[in-house]
Amino acid sequence: MSRSRSASVAKVAGAAPIFAALGDPTRLRLVARLSVDGPLSITRLSEGAGVTRQAITKHLEALADAGLVQHNWRGRERIWELEPRRLEMARRWLDRISDQWDAAIGRLKAFVEE
Amino acid sequence: MITSTDRIEKEVYLRAPRSRVWRAIATPAEFGAWFRVKLGGAFAEGATVRGRITYPGYEHLTMEMVVERIEPERLFAYRWHPGATDPDVDYSSEPMTLVEFHLDDADGGTILRIVESGFDRIPAARRDEAFRMNDGGWTEQTQNIERHVTQP
Repeated sequence: MSRSRSASVAKVAGAAPIFAALGDPTRLRLVARLSVDGPLSITRLSEGAGVTRQAITKHLEALADAGLVQHNWRGRERIWELEPRRLEMARRWLDRISDQWDAAIGRLKAFVEE
Repeated sequence: MITSTDRIEKEVYLRAPRSRVWRAIATPAEFGAWFRVKLGGAFAEGATVRGRITYPGYEHLTMEMVVERIEPERLFAYRWHPGATDPDVDYSSEPMTLVEFHLDDADGGTILRIVESGFDRIPAARRDEAFRMNDGGWTEQTQNIERHVTQP
């Protein structure tokens, strides 16, 4: 159990909280944009964003720290893309807790209605 | 998909009076009977109540609740560490989520609303771990319970 824990911790070492990374409107917009339009350059991502390229870069790096996006180099430009597995994992964790509540509510219902 | 990451909300109609539902939620022995945990101590605002999980297969785990609010027959709220499934880990320094039980009268029974919030502050590492350790188990158990409660 402790071995799998260290593996898990190592895997996400240095990661910012995934949900906190999404708790910023600019970052949320970046994620939404990447999920609709696919891999994009900083130039494209800065268009109409109302913030500087430097700010966009900083936000993308925060998202990358949380494992939500990654980049590849095309020439001298970084192309950013979504890491959907990570988002899916966060979502599934909530779904699981939600399932646990459904089960508990089922038991409570049986308990008080008997 | 990414808008409701901070909270889980449930609402259920229970065919039992509000006083009955309140007792099932706000007394440790009754809470433990359906939640499947053997709790020691009493629920009081500010109190920390601990207990051993009685859910088959999870009996090696303990859970801890910090009681936040008690408004008789209206609101019961506590904080805890969701997915705290590793007995070797000290979770005390980690953020907790808030669980609220809201009770209201409904025709011939009670409307219970459960809200768990504060997930945004849980570290990513914990989510991954909790996810992996519970993978598969809960789905199967949920189905077992569904079968159990829907039997005539």
